[in-house]
Amino acid sequence: MSWAGKILRVNLTAGTVKSEPLNMQWARDYIGSRGLGTKYLVEEVDATVDPLSADNKIIWATGPLTGTMASTGGRYTVITKGPLTGAIACSNSGGYWGAEFKMAGWDMVIFEGKSAKPVYLYVNDDTAELRDAAHLWGKSVWETEESLKKGLQDPLVRVSSIGKAGENQVLFAAVVNDLHRAAGRSGVGAVMGSKNLKAIAVRGTKGVGNIKNPKAFFTAVAEKKKILAENGVTGQGLPAYGTQVLMNVINEVGALPTRNHRDNQFEGAGDISAEAMVTPRKTDGKKHLVTNQACFGCTIACGRISKLDEGHFTVENKPQYWGANGGLEYEAAWALGAANGVNDLEALQYVNLLCNEEGIDPISFGATVGAVMELHQMGVLTSEQLGIDATFGSAKALAFLAEETVNGRGFGKEIGQGSKRLTAKYGHPELSMSSKGQEFPAYDGRAIQGIGLAYATSNRGGCHLRGYTIASEVLGIPVKTDPLVSEGKPELVKAFQDATAAFDSSGLCIFTTFAWGLPDLAPQLQGACGDEFTTEELAHIGERIWNMERDFNNRAGFTNKDDSLPKRLLEEACKSGPAKGKVNELGAMLPKYYEARGWNGDGTLKAETRKRLGL
Amino acid sequence: MQKVLHINPDKCTGCLQCEMACSYENYQVFAPAKSRIKVFDFHKTGKKVPYTCTQCAEAWCLHACPVQAITVDKNTGAKVVNDATCVGCKVCTIACPFGTVNYVQETGKVQKCDLCEGNPACAEACPTGAITYVDANWTGLGKMADWANKLGNQPSAA
Repeated sequence: MSWAGKILRVNLTAGTVKSEPLNMQWARDYIGSRGLGTKYLVEEVDATVDPLSADNKIIWATGPLTGTMASTGGRYTVITKGPLTGAIACSNSGGYWGAEFKMAGWDMVIFEGKSAKPVYLYVNDDTAELRDAAHLWGKSVWETEESLKKGLQDPLVRVSSIGKAGENQVLFAAVVNDLHRAAGRSGVGAVMGSKNLKAIAVRGTKGVGNIKNPKAFFTAVAEKKKILAENGVTGQGLPAYGTQVLMNVINEVGALPTRNHRDNQFEGAGDISAEAMVTPRKTDGKKHLVTNQACFGCTIACGRISKLDEGHFTVENKPQYWGANGGLEYEAAWALGAANGVNDLEALQYVNLLCNEEGIDPISFGATVGAVMELHQMGVLTSEQLGIDATFGSAKALAFLAEETVNGRGFGKEIGQGSKRLTAKYGHPELSMSSKGQEFPAYDGRAIQGIGLAYATSNRGGCHLRGYTIASEVLGIPVKTDPLVSEGKPELVKAFQDATAAFDSSGLCIFTTFAWGLPDLAPQLQGACGDEFTTEELAHIGERIWNMERDFNNRAGFTNKDDSLPKRLLEEACKSGPAKGKVNELGAMLPKYYEARGWNGDGTLKAETRKRLGL
Repeated sequence: MQKVLHINPDKCTGCLQCEMACSYENYQVFAPAKSRIKVFDFHKTGKKVPYTCTQCAEAWCLHACPVQAITVDKNTGAKVVNDATCVGCKVCTIACPFGTVNYVQETGKVQKCDLCEGNPACAEACPTGAITYVDANWTGLGKMADWANKLGNQPSAA
């Protein structure tokens, strides 16, 4: 067991909240969180619905290991049809909210319909009710959390909410919990906003019990924690430097996309790196980084807590940003920094705080600004239109455009549509560095062949977290492969994608996979849930989940033509570093990938694949 | 030798493994809400502080209890609540200067840290060494060693 066995179903149109039993057969077949939540979604939602209409649904789902002592057991996933891509959207978050919700006695909550007026859901153990959120509408994530804790007279309540960006349906709006942890990608926050749903406030005191075999579970959990502690990445690199440990590493291999992927190395990488965060500032002599921080149950503790330079132009006279606060993580530092050629660490952290405060995805935002700056340089977008001189490298422009975007003002409204729509509107769709409409994260698909294929085939659009082949191609985990070689990558990408789907569905964090493989996950799930979750079965379930997501996307209208990369990655070679002269060899990889997947040439599932996976 | 829980907040990451271990030890569920050790998270400073009963030698709670429900565990020195005797009057929660004895609505009794009969689950679960179980006379040993190391590395005053 270790599932709560109950789900909440909230009909926002009717204003009803109901409890129903968890479908245990689906739990066996899809585990939890990403897999199980997606199963509910694809069974209940027509793939062709408008993502921002009342016909779409949005689900918060925990896994069977969420809220247990398994290391990193605090994750939850938000699943819906995404407005940025039109594909499946599935965004994972840590912090404390997921465990709190599970401890209230629920595995997931499904929202359907649309509320006539702003509401929030209050879950207090077994009781759950919709409440008026008129007083919260227009408030930031931070104000919403503070206001709910005060109003409910409970400082221990955990909140998952949207800020103004979600209300305004910015297409990359995030759902944020615990102030600075986010289900960040694909615009899940916009779907929440479209339903007039402001927040879910949760207090869970019942706890998570019913561990199937406590002795086996605790033995496995202790053994696997030891592996994390003794591993160089999870035991030393991540706690000391966070994900930012990658900035200089990725720059050195020539895979740090710079100025909208025009360059693949950034001369300012050192200024915005982990090392810079722990070096005393010239201005006030203080270090940027205050401490590391863990999410619920996490024994890695990669989270960054930093303090801004109070005299920096972005925050002078704004004391609300002076306290210790979340960031910078690598992806945000890259997207706000290198992608725009900005090397001002304090400016990046300020913008990162705006992203958390009003709930937007810093990757899609930063990458969209990169496209805007390129259009500005080409003379397509003028300073008058933008409201500022948006030259590559301008920290002032970055901060200004962030303020405009999160507040829904001026040109910020256009940035809020994402790079695909924005570049198309101005006649240069080729400048959107995205797949299926979602912007790429911090690795250049030309310098690292496998990650390019992973971007092109990701079920939620451009994304590193659906198949993090960087582990193998750069870090040598579990085995080193050559990033410049495309041969063998289709199989590598498939293996990473399937294993990741299983990890994401367990309730644990994908960062454990720097040290763990499926054989490390299996005994923990077996101890908690049952012997059937063997390593082989987990790989099989992971593949099933991947194909279920793919099948939904196919029904939504996606084809093999959408498994693509922008012309820049396929035709404009890397200019410097070890990858100089390289483009991504997608054309050579894709047919082999389809073959490994058991798909037809048009990207649909073969009948025998469907049968083999029980779809 | 008597041992005590020794807490170093600088090492705490806020993972709450201690709270889960405590609640599982006592209630067989992972439930921070039921834990006898609490981690306080001060957002503005980034500080996280685990906090629980320090097992006072002259315990206010023990002296305040009108029914002698709180007694000393001879082996560990822990002040232990006897559930069968406790009447839930909450006087101990008022007497404790630190707030580490708490009333539990579900049972109608109070609860506090009892050092798990000499094998505290929280210290066992802590991944960073923020919570350790050490010789009561030597809680400052780590700090002393750190300073001794610093002083030993200074160039000679002469």
